[in-house]
Amino acid sequence: MDVGRFIQYIASGTAYTVSVTLIALPLGLFLGLIFSLLYVYGGKVLTRIMSIYSTVMRGIPPIVLLFILYFMVSGNINLSPFWAGSISLGIVSSAYQMEIIRGALLSVSGAQMMAARAIGMSRMRAIKHIIIPQAFRMAICPWSNEAAIVIKDSSLVYALGVPEILRRAQLISASTQQPFLAFIVAGLIYFMLVFVTNRLLDGLDKRMRIPANP
Amino acid sequence: MPNPILVVKDLTKKYGDNIIFHDINMTVNEGDTDVIIGPSGTGKSTLLRCINLLTKANSGQIWLDGEEITAPGYDEDEVRQHVGMVFQNFLLFNHLTALDNVKIGLSKVKKLKDDQAEAKAMQELDRVGLADRAHHYPGQLSGGQQQRVAIARALAMDPRIMLFDEPTSALDPELIGEVLEVMRKLALDGMTMLVVTHEMGFAREVSDRIIFLEKGSIVEEGPPEVLFYTPKFERTREFLWKITELYGKKESDS
Repeated sequence: MDVGRFIQYIASGTAYTVSVTLIALPLGLFLGLIFSLLYVYGGKVLTRIMSIYSTVMRGIPPIVLLFILYFMVSGNINLSPFWAGSISLGIVSSAYQMEIIRGALLSVSGAQMMAARAIGMSRMRAIKHIIIPQAFRMAICPWSNEAAIVIKDSSLVYALGVPEILRRAQLISASTQQPFLAFIVAGLIYFMLVFVTNRLLDGLDKRMRIPANP
Repeated sequence: MPNPILVVKDLTKKYGDNIIFHDINMTVNEGDTDVIIGPSGTGKSTLLRCINLLTKANSGQIWLDGEEITAPGYDEDEVRQHVGMVFQNFLLFNHLTALDNVKIGLSKVKKLKDDQAEAKAMQELDRVGLADRAHHYPGQLSGGQQQRVAIARALAMDPRIMLFDEPTSALDPELIGEVLEVMRKLALDGMTMLVVTHEMGFAREVSDRIIFLEKGSIVEEGPPEVLFYTPKFERTREFLWKITELYGKKESDS
């Protein structure tokens, strides 16, 4: 057996893993931001709706949601498993990212809003220019956690047949009878992806930190 | 003829059955510095917040520059542009430098062009003596410097009146002087100011009128020399001198 080709076969799934992540994570961020703003500033009804959304989405295993969303979406429009899987993971992630951003929004003191209103800013402007920039800084650390989870959960799209890392590891382990090596390689690639991402986000956190005297 | 900038009529604020203050009437004339004093919990801060509509009063009316700002449908955001507010805890925007704190209202509310906003912000920082701290973040400034930036931030909007809510209460004693100095200069420059404070030295030297608020209503008001020496009520004299003992000395020493 040619170990080089063995590894290369699994590693070539990395592009799918990265692509799925790069769709799911920003989609989850976009939805999560909007949902968290509705949650925190939207008034009673929207808060209730968002709270239900969050509870339901976080109460079901991602793989089950993936299937539900996949068959719901692909029943109506013709989407490739890759896109359906990525979008589904993004929707799952939006519930978690909503909670992360909600926590960050709430951790910005209400007095900041009052100070912004006092110079004549509307609520919307204050949220945009004063609250969100401060909340985002506080969200980076918990968000890097979610980024790691989405990278790892991207392996779930293997269930839809997307030839990403895990799918390939499974295929090659079956055809070569080398499951141990196959899954070790897959695990190492995931680990590297998560490790590098967390390092990058740590760097971002440090760069964005507001200067202050000790 | 005095020109009334702020007129408050029968203003009442309560939370449930708890009356914070009731039937407050007062007028602040252009160029005057009026000081509100009173024991804590008498609704001084709430009164200021009602005046710039950060809190809604339950009843009563407020006129700013002859226009009733409590009229239904009046644009509150517009009102607050013309009423500067300085808070006890400074409340600078933590993620912005001193310059950007002053500038943000100019660029995002008044919609000035970037270079105009920057020039005006720099000018206001200079006015409070902090041009050399323009690029420091709030966390890198002392409390006194932060409060001066907060004053510059309010001034930048060219307010008709400045409200100060115990602007020196959160400061270390040695930092109080620099803030009072800025306020004294503002008063001399003819800014109309309404100041809640315990700094009796400032009240005595700078104010045109002292308003003594207790248990939610105005006990007595008048020029400082009258309230300190010949007040109508013994309670006024008692409170003023007690506060002077506690707070006033630092100020007259400096």
